[in-house]
Amino acid sequence: MSDEKHASFAQNPYAKMLRQYGGILASLVVLCIIFSVMNPRFMTVANFMNVLQQIAVIAIAAFGMTWVILLGEIDLSIGSIIAVAGMAAAQAFLAGFGFVPTLVLTLLAGAAMGLVNGVLTAKLGLPSFIVTVATMGIFRGLVSLPTNGAPAMIEDPTWIAIGAESFVGLPIIIWIVVVLFVFNHVLLSKTTFGRRAYLTGGNREAAVYSGIKVDRVKITIFMISGIMAAISGILLSSRLYSAQTNAGTSYELDAIAAAVLGGTSLAGGVGTMIGTLIGALIIGIMNNGMNMLSVPYFYQLIVKGLVILLAVWLDVRSKRAKQ
Amino acid sequence: MSAATSDVILKINNVSKLFGPVAALKNMHLEVRAGRVHTLLGENGAGKSTLMKILAGVYHATTGEVDFCGSPYKPENPQEAAARGLTIVFQELSLCNNMTVSENILATREPSVYGFINDQALERRAAEIVRDLGLPIDVTEKVGNLSMAQRQLVEIAKGLSIPNPRLVILDEPTSSLTDAETEILFSIIDRLKAKGVAVIYISHRMEEIMRLSDDITVIRDGEFIATRQREDVTIDELIAMMVGRQMNEIYPLRLAAAPATSEAPILSVEGFSRSGEFENVSFDVRKGEILGFFGLIGSGRSEMMNALFGMKSATGSIRIDGETATISSPVDAIGRRIAFVTENRKEEGLVLAHSVEWNISMAALGRFAAALGFMRKRQERKAATDEVGRLTIKTASVDTPVGSLSGGNQQKAVLAKWLLTQPRILILDEPTRGVDVGAKFEIYKIIRQLAAEGTAILLVSSELPEVLGMSDRLVVMHEGRLCATLPGGATPETVMAHATGITS
Repeated sequence: MSDEKHASFAQNPYAKMLRQYGGILASLVVLCIIFSVMNPRFMTVANFMNVLQQIAVIAIAAFGMTWVILLGEIDLSIGSIIAVAGMAAAQAFLAGFGFVPTLVLTLLAGAAMGLVNGVLTAKLGLPSFIVTVATMGIFRGLVSLPTNGAPAMIEDPTWIAIGAESFVGLPIIIWIVVVLFVFNHVLLSKTTFGRRAYLTGGNREAAVYSGIKVDRVKITIFMISGIMAAISGILLSSRLYSAQTNAGTSYELDAIAAAVLGGTSLAGGVGTMIGTLIGALIIGIMNNGMNMLSVPYFYQLIVKGLVILLAVWLDVRSKRAKQ
Repeated sequence: MSAATSDVILKINNVSKLFGPVAALKNMHLEVRAGRVHTLLGENGAGKSTLMKILAGVYHATTGEVDFCGSPYKPENPQEAAARGLTIVFQELSLCNNMTVSENILATREPSVYGFINDQALERRAAEIVRDLGLPIDVTEKVGNLSMAQRQLVEIAKGLSIPNPRLVILDEPTSSLTDAETEILFSIIDRLKAKGVAVIYISHRMEEIMRLSDDITVIRDGEFIATRQREDVTIDELIAMMVGRQMNEIYPLRLAAAPATSEAPILSVEGFSRSGEFENVSFDVRKGEILGFFGLIGSGRSEMMNALFGMKSATGSIRIDGETATISSPVDAIGRRIAFVTENRKEEGLVLAHSVEWNISMAALGRFAAALGFMRKRQERKAATDEVGRLTIKTASVDTPVGSLSGGNQQKAVLAKWLLTQPRILILDEPTRGVDVGAKFEIYKIIRQLAAEGTAILLVSSELPEVLGMSDRLVVMHEGRLCATLPGGATPETVMAHATGITS
């Protein structure tokens, strides 16, 4: 009888979701309650929009990071790719390119950097941790080449509009997050490519024996990560009206935290985009709530670290209890 | 018979070891005397390793007593066993490749002062050990730079470096040694004997056993069969004792007649070679035929199957339906409708954390791909559910993680995964390893069913009764070479003789 109950529980999609994300959703709700008690302005639509805009850059980078971690790999170079993307756009505008060519060029730059990470990892068999520590430095160095380390202004009105304007009542930046979330979610959970990513991350050897071209999967995923980081770079440069050489520094850590908070396993094979979105929301709400309470920056770092540890521990514990 | 009972230094009495409901050892008896070499003989899986691990303190006996040097012996761990003077050299190497020979030999027993290792004393001590054993090895060399044979000698030196060895267990020590090193090992064993040390020797090589042993004990299916003195027994008698089990109803009857030998083969392999692993192997198999592959560990069977499936490169020709086929990756092999149930289901077969459904569909994802790469999930679920029903996989649902299933059901899930690719040629490497008796019978029934439906089956196994009970024809391999192709009715004695290299 308990078996039957279990089965029906598993088939109800809402119950399934609650079971999968229960721990992390609870953390999100608790944070919201704490902040709204401490500051009545926290729980407003306007502030929620604010949070969404603030997490956009991290959330999009984290979607890319989720793919990589799902494979059992890591991409530490995305913070640098964010900066390169901004600088590439600024230089393209300076060279007289229009909005669309600049956009395409920037995305291609992200894809190319991801390709480098992917080929070095998959074809040369180097650990992705080492590869991306190296390319993190190399890409960060490349940012400064055109301007000798100075920031570059971006004046293209369409580019600036991305970060400033709204569309059908919502800031464009939020639309972009929504569209990319849906895109990544569908690609991961509904297509054969997504399934191959899960299988490769879950057991590379078994995937090879089953006829999955794991190198191709790996390289494609590093390219997705590069493109997502480039889009983050576009949003960031748009909001700052400029390309900064130190843009995106240490964003890779927030992206990893968002993915892992959302249940992506560093061992590979397990994770979802929904989880990562919730993880990014938790990080965004913590930043926003503590800013509203005027908590000094260094305390924010400490609290953020502790909350991440607590949330991951709760999640691990609840999963162990289930086994 | 000069040895008196007082010489007995190890006495194993009524020892049993249960893993859950499965008995790996049943009422085992063994008496080992000082200054004698006592060989343990049995097929793979007969229980030799379990017994050795109990003696080494890795496992604990479920029931029974062991006496060692006149007092009860129940080691908690290998360190305690070593302290009592019992040392064991395992067949799997346990060396650190990036450390030197001396560091490896004296690992965990390094001469030290306040925790700081005295490197000079370490080297001196290790050099002494190596010199006493007469090994041609430089102790300052890194183990990673040594040949496999030299590493095996270092492993032996490590085992013998305990302060006062009384009983030395050697588990297939010659499997990677060349003749020269084997001679060194034999002279070491002679010196141990002269010092009154007892040796338990495990090997499959009959010539070696007859040359080295004083006493020989045969075990089979976890049970003691007999102990004989070397002078009183012949190789044929030993082989008969080793395999002498009745083949009763554990193998289901065939459902269709074996294909006629006149029929054209679906797969022919000719002159298949890969340096150091297998050499000049040729065979063919017809539609609906079960071709058995028997050989001891190290005979190159699995390596050859991996090459056939495109996981390793090899020379020679592969023809499918008479046409030359190039298979350089599993993708090619699957494209030719070859399927491969590998030896290690957990490493190469399954994604343990994923559901039964995902595991079953993983080799046939293309079948469930719609436009733009979208998955046809309803079809996937139906296919997985059908396979679970057809192979009677016992699972709560197709969403259950495959890792939580029993060994037999995991193995059926691997089979289901490959059946979904609709193979014409199915390679089964140890398909019933670690599977209980009930599930074994069901797997055999599935194999029979597939053969009856026209699938050509290559059945690799180190369980002799299994290959004999299931195969239409039987290929025997020994040290990388195909040494005989026998008809299905071959006797176990003939097969064993070929597999151990007695008959050529």
